[in-house]
Amino acid sequence: MTDTSINTNAYEDEAQFGDYFALLKPRVMSLVVFTAFVGVLAAPVAVHPFIAFASILFIAIGGGASGALNMWWDADIDAVMKRTRNRPIPSGRVAPDDALAIGLALSVFAVVFLGLAANWVAAGLLAFTIFFYVVIYSMWLKRWTPQNIVIGGAAGAFPPMIGWAVATGGVSIESVLMFALIFMWTPPHFWALALFMRSDYDDAGVPMLTVTHGRRATRNHILAYTVLLAALAIGTSFTSVGGPVYLAVALVLNALFLKGAVDIWRRDEELSEADNFAAERKFFKLSLLYLFAHFVAILVEAGLTRFGLGGWA
Amino acid sequence: MSFGQQHEIHKRRFGRNLGVGLVLAALIAIVFGLTVVKVTRGDYEPARAEVQN
Repeated sequence: MTDTSINTNAYEDEAQFGDYFALLKPRVMSLVVFTAFVGVLAAPVAVHPFIAFASILFIAIGGGASGALNMWWDADIDAVMKRTRNRPIPSGRVAPDDALAIGLALSVFAVVFLGLAANWVAAGLLAFTIFFYVVIYSMWLKRWTPQNIVIGGAAGAFPPMIGWAVATGGVSIESVLMFALIFMWTPPHFWALALFMRSDYDDAGVPMLTVTHGRRATRNHILAYTVLLAALAIGTSFTSVGGPVYLAVALVLNALFLKGAVDIWRRDEELSEADNFAAERKFFKLSLLYLFAHFVAILVEAGLTRFGLGGWA
Repeated sequence: MSFGQQHEIHKRRFGRNLGVGLVLAALIAIVFGLTVVKVTRGDYEPARAEVQN
């Protein structure tokens, strides 16, 4: 009997290329690509299309690398939660050490190549984003404080700022506002998810607000953050990335989002369980459209500006 | 074992090998493209002051 014949069965669930790709969290990567793309195009400096394409690709790879490192660190939590137990590491298809190696290698690759393709300000921001997501959020805050989502949300908010830096080589009020839009959007988005996926976070021992401060407090927090977000989102209309199109989109979506937050705030657990968290699920779905539409509106304003039609001028 | 003989591991790892191959080919294309763009727009031209010296 040879070694190969002994191990044949062990190879049956061997990782395929798609499993390694799944380590990069493709769905999160699609958000990173989209918001970084908007950041590049909304900037007042034109970028060569190929440089823009390559830069966005490297930002996406950097985001994916931080996803792989997050999966390596959080494999124990992922194994407990229903939503994540089929990820490549908890399902046993990819070894934790492989995920660590891929995450580290791709992080260095993405930062160095973004620096070479665009500039070192953008590369520095990407390096900080990876550090923030992996070390500050995953390793430190996530298991320690119910504010994990609030502060950790910053990691997901950096891509448009990096995109802006690719074009301009710096940071400005507009790029900070795009950052702030995602930063303020993240808590209500995830707290709504935590309200209807409650047993998941409880089982994993992640100190979500729902677990530490109760579900009533979470509903209050969702409303408070949504009010602040609405002020910020509508205020952005009057900067150079905004304009009439953006203002119209912001007014409609923020009115809907505020109504959703008020609905969640007025409900109690009995009511929510009776209709299987219908309002919370609806708010969560709306939050996806909310962010997408705001960035599309910024993109439309940027497109119109190229023809002298965008903004308030 | 002759060189041409297909081993079981070749079949099993075909998807992975093909994926890595395509990724490497794409990387070469991107680095080549970046080089063409940067050289043609003069990113690597010496600064004018240096030329005069």
